[in-house]
Amino acid sequence: MDPITSYLGIACLLFVIGGIGICLRRNAIVLFMCVEMMLNAVNLAFVAFSKIHGNLDGQIAVFFVMVIAAAESAIGLAIILSVFRSVASIETTDAAELKW
Amino acid sequence: MEDIRLALVVLIPLIGAVVSYALGRAAPKVAGMFATAAVGASFAVVISLWRALEGGQTFSFTLSSWMSFADIRLPLEIYFDKLSAVMCLVVTGVGSLIHLYSIGYMAEDESRPRFFSYLNLFIAAMLILVLGKSLPVIFIGWEGVGLCSYLLIGFWYTNPEFASAGRKAFVMNRIGDLGFLVAMAILYHACGTLDITVLSRPEVLARIPSEMGFVAGIALFLAATGKSAQLPLFTWLPDAMAGPTPVSALIHAATMVTAGIYLMARMFGVIELDPMVPAIILWTAFATSAIAAIIAISQNDIKKVLAYSTVSQLGFMFLAVGVGAYSVALFHVVTHAFFKACLFMSAGSVIHGCHHEQDMRRMGGLAKAMPLTCLSYGAATLAIAGIAPFAGYFSKHAILESLAHAHNPYLLAYGGLIGVGATAIAICTAFYMTRSFILTFLGSYRGEGHPHEAPMVMTAPVMVLAVLSVTGGLVLNHGFFTYLQGPLPPVAEHAGGGILGYILGSVPGALGIAAAYVLLVIAPAAKEQVRKVLWLGEKLSAGKFFVDELLGVFVIAPTRTLSGVVSRVLDQSVSIGTGNAIGSISRAIGELTCRVTTGQVSTYVLWMFASAALLLYCFLPVR
Repeated sequence: MDPITSYLGIACLLFVIGGIGICLRRNAIVLFMCVEMMLNAVNLAFVAFSKIHGNLDGQIAVFFVMVIAAAESAIGLAIILSVFRSVASIETTDAAELKW
Repeated sequence: MEDIRLALVVLIPLIGAVVSYALGRAAPKVAGMFATAAVGASFAVVISLWRALEGGQTFSFTLSSWMSFADIRLPLEIYFDKLSAVMCLVVTGVGSLIHLYSIGYMAEDESRPRFFSYLNLFIAAMLILVLGKSLPVIFIGWEGVGLCSYLLIGFWYTNPEFASAGRKAFVMNRIGDLGFLVAMAILYHACGTLDITVLSRPEVLARIPSEMGFVAGIALFLAATGKSAQLPLFTWLPDAMAGPTPVSALIHAATMVTAGIYLMARMFGVIELDPMVPAIILWTAFATSAIAAIIAISQNDIKKVLAYSTVSQLGFMFLAVGVGAYSVALFHVVTHAFFKACLFMSAGSVIHGCHHEQDMRRMGGLAKAMPLTCLSYGAATLAIAGIAPFAGYFSKHAILESLAHAHNPYLLAYGGLIGVGATAIAICTAFYMTRSFILTFLGSYRGEGHPHEAPMVMTAPVMVLAVLSVTGGLVLNHGFFTYLQGPLPPVAEHAGGGILGYILGSVPGALGIAAAYVLLVIAPAAKEQVRKVLWLGEKLSAGKFFVDELLGVFVIAPTRTLSGVVSRVLDQSVSIGTGNAIGSISRAIGELTCRVTTGQVSTYVLWMFASAALLLYCFLPVR
């Protein structure tokens, strides 16, 4: 297998693991980590594609994703903190009021 | 010719309305002065424009493009010719006097800023009405004055009776407005334009099919009957006396109610398309004028007398309209604005001086307590009675004379009858006005407390109007008709001159005055006998000819029944049924679909992944 294609395989694997993690886990911090994992899987794919096509656009996109991930973690942690303050738990099943 | 001053005429009172309210919130005393200054400034601009108007020249100004789509172009354009000049001078001139008077009349009212703001807004709307270059622009003013009238009649809205008088005026005016809209639709359909300068050209009017011409003329007249209080829509005007007296003077005597006559004069080409229309106008005007004059005789509220008198005088103006003597009608509009505003404002001073008493049976002998007011009321009474050389004499005489020259195929021999009837109405007018003067100012005081003369700020404008009521006719008589010959058709030059003519012409008025004086002062015993002889007339007069009741039976009751049926059949079964069905269906769907939202993050994420996968499957180009 082409070494670069294998990077794509790993990216795909990481993405799926992250997705499954979000579906199955209840702990908000873990969910958060899963999201990060998915974002980084995409980053990896970006770099791989950048290498394949021989231009730098993909690598630039990675920087954007990183910035967004940083912003997202800042906001996300704040949300988790305030959820914890109101329901005294970070299990997502405990904060399930917002529905019909 | 474009002229920016024209925009100022309208904008100054409009700005005044906003600023006087804003200023008044901080300092209520300033509101009145500011509003008066705004109208005064507008008056000054109108004068400068009027002086600049030479020959057949006109000014116009485009405020904005308003509407423009496809091939319809409707600019917000105003237009100033000799006809608008006359109306503008009356509106701003009499308007500023009444504003000045209101400072004194409303001095103790807490919501003065609101009052002056409405009053200024009214002036602005009225100016748009008389300056509009196309019917839709006129319609803005038309609706604007209706709104201000409603707001000002119900100014003391905490009294439910006053508030409902405002509503009545508004609703009755809406019926007339329907006519305006119909006329606009017909004229636009037939002529392709609503510009009044174009619509006055015979070749454009010739495009209107004859049966449509009749409908358009009648529709326009319906609009005028609403605004100018003619049969069958006149009952709102007497009720409108619920508003403060300056409002009655400004809106319900001098300006707004003459809008109908202005409209008739502006659109005379359309009115005259079918000779049936002037005939209908003539008969309606005659009936209105007669009925209102008879009702006025038995009224005891001083403002009600003046209100019915206004209806009657408006009928007189429509008589002139009906025989095509539009400039004569306009002449009466001007003199009527002088003497009726003077009468209303004097009545306001009386009401103010008698501690808000309006019933003439509890007045009397006020000549001593309020000499200035008595003098102006007396002068205006002589003017409205048509005694030479007071203002009303000239305009009334011109109307009577134009009736004699009437030629309309539908009138046949009845033209002369209307002339005789109108003379009888003139006698009636003199009678009830003298009656109100005697009850208010002569004899001895029958009320409580001590009446006092109004302050200077009120008597001064009244005196100015009194002087105008005395001299206005004499000054304007020469040249008024020739002045308006550009925008309006010429009228037959009337003889009327000479001392002998004056004396003969004053006979009807003098008769009425003498009759009132004899019955009320010299021989009150004879009054009962007259009453017995004229019992039917008295019943009708006291019952106000049962117009309200007739309208109730023939218009309001059927409408109520119809709306009841519509409410039960259409609304409750059809509309509500359909609505409920749609509602319960969507509710059921909602009940089902809301199960999707579980509140669990993992479920949502699963949905998200599933939908993303589906979208990718559908839209990703697979090689």
